[in-house]
Amino acid sequence: MNLVEAMKMAMRSIKTSKVRSFLTMLGIIIGVASVIILVSIGQGSSQSVKDQIGSLGTNLLTVSVTDTDAVELTDQTVASFKELSGIEDVAPVITGRVSAKNGENSTQVSMTGTNSAYLSVRDLELSQGRFLADMDVELRQKVVVLGSDTAETLFQNQNPIDQAIQIGGTSYRVIGVLKSVGTSMGTSGDDVIITPISTAKRTTGSTTISTVYLKAKSEDAVERAMYQVQGTMTTTFPNQSDNYSVSNQEDLMETMSSVSDTMTLMLGGIASISLLVGGIGIMNIMLVSVSERTKEIGIRKAIGANRTSILLQFLIESVVLSCLGGLIGIGLGLGIAKLIAIFSSLTIHFSFTITLLSFLFSLCIGIIFGVFPANKASKLRPIEALHYE
Amino acid sequence: MKNPLIEIKNMCKSYELGGETVHALQEVSLTIHKGDFVSIIGPSGSGKSTFMNMIGCLDQPDFGQYLLDGKDVSDMKDHELAAIRNIKIGFIFQNFNLLPRLTAVENTELALVYRGVGVKERRQKAEACLEKVGLLERMHHLPSQLSGGQQQRVAIARALAGDPPLLLADEPTGALDSKTSKEVLQMLKDLNQKGQTIILITHDLEVAKEATRVVRIHDGHLFENGGEWLESSRSNEDGDAKYQN
Repeated sequence: MNLVEAMKMAMRSIKTSKVRSFLTMLGIIIGVASVIILVSIGQGSSQSVKDQIGSLGTNLLTVSVTDTDAVELTDQTVASFKELSGIEDVAPVITGRVSAKNGENSTQVSMTGTNSAYLSVRDLELSQGRFLADMDVELRQKVVVLGSDTAETLFQNQNPIDQAIQIGGTSYRVIGVLKSVGTSMGTSGDDVIITPISTAKRTTGSTTISTVYLKAKSEDAVERAMYQVQGTMTTTFPNQSDNYSVSNQEDLMETMSSVSDTMTLMLGGIASISLLVGGIGIMNIMLVSVSERTKEIGIRKAIGANRTSILLQFLIESVVLSCLGGLIGIGLGLGIAKLIAIFSSLTIHFSFTITLLSFLFSLCIGIIFGVFPANKASKLRPIEALHYE
Repeated sequence: MKNPLIEIKNMCKSYELGGETVHALQEVSLTIHKGDFVSIIGPSGSGKSTFMNMIGCLDQPDFGQYLLDGKDVSDMKDHELAAIRNIKIGFIFQNFNLLPRLTAVENTELALVYRGVGVKERRQKAEACLEKVGLLERMHHLPSQLSGGQQQRVAIARALAGDPPLLLADEPTGALDSKTSKEVLQMLKDLNQKGQTIILITHDLEVAKEATRVVRIHDGHLFENGGEWLESSRSNEDGDAKYQN
């Protein structure tokens, strides 16, 4: 007996008990569908994180200090970064939280004290007015540039340019508003007040520079610039390498994607447990089917079916069941993922590899969990099977 | 003289039943030639079913030799026995044993499916066999849509489809009324007249007498001329009545 015959027999047997076949497949359907849905959500979020980091500019280097007591970045250090051949611009940053007020409207917002280079280093754009100038920094001007959300909160529909806001009882003049950059990694880039670094030192009361943003001359120079910055840091702060870190966007991207890949893997793993459970369901039903069809097996054996034919018949039946379940699961998974993409803000990223893998996995489950019942059926002795009622 | 179709010599078979050893067959010998119509008669528990399983290659003897069509089948492996059953033997059972989910024609061609015959050829063959038993117009009916007699005729068609040298009928009329029983027996007789070797196993003397040769099996022993032993002249003897029902 060839494979085509065995396939036909399996299809017939599945067709004659539709409800049971469907219930048997349900485990596999749910398993495959949930693997596809969860993995495409995971990969979608990983993709959107990568896109956001990429949009921040790939020339960016960041020096962040974790222990500001041990590593005190001074203006000289910052200035020495600027001397490096691979660096185009340097923007030291002091941050603090302040509450800003304009008449009735007030908001808690993060204040960034920096210099004129910040705009180009961080790849930001203005929607109105101008950015900080070198003179503002030098003269400790009480001027601020607002993030788009902050401007919206404080001024609603008014034009904020040249208006005054109150921070800690002192009046500041608004000179510009940034274009919206959206939310990235849980922090809004639009809820911010930017002010000259010299002014911020006074307002926030902190004089330590915790972060320095540097812009490499070109994308190709990022690696070299990083070594140079690291060299400067090592000479300036020997044996303190645990207390600061120098990173570029690519590092950040790798970290983030390894985090979301782990998450995807975990989600996929949880979903595959239901695939496994579905496989056990198939084995269960096939075992019931074998004892229910003992007589049939006996008749087939009397007529001349050998062990291989019976084994093949039952094995193919379970493989067809699991493959059919896999296909329906893929359809359902892709459909539901598409619906999620339409009706929610989650990004969905379909992966052909995962789709194929989950199908192959369901096929393997059909084979693995089908072997035991099929083997049991094939080993039945013809006389006993024939006289089984 | 040509070789016999079946040659059984000193066949023994015993099995355990409830901790007791039952000697179902003891030193049984039987020779059947091509074209014979032999009926094997015996009460239940006589070893008749065991003997049928042996002839049908569904089971293997403990001792003894069984030559079927010149081949020794007494120590063949499982898959070899399956092939022998497929090619050499056509089974007709008491309860028809048709596969309930297959149509008449699909049931008929089943042996050919396992033989690996192509779709067209086996369908032709199956239709020809159904025509022989007069059920061609019902070839697409399921067994549940056929009467008992019709089901048994499908079973005969199925047994014939593989062109087996031996037709083994186990109580073929056991589940049928007397009218359809007669039809089925007539069909077997007609087949025998065309040269088909038939072994008929029954407990019914009337049925057994239709055959050209009757052997009797009793307590694991085989006796020739079972028919004579059961002749009506001896019907008043003790122990006879149980073969008459």
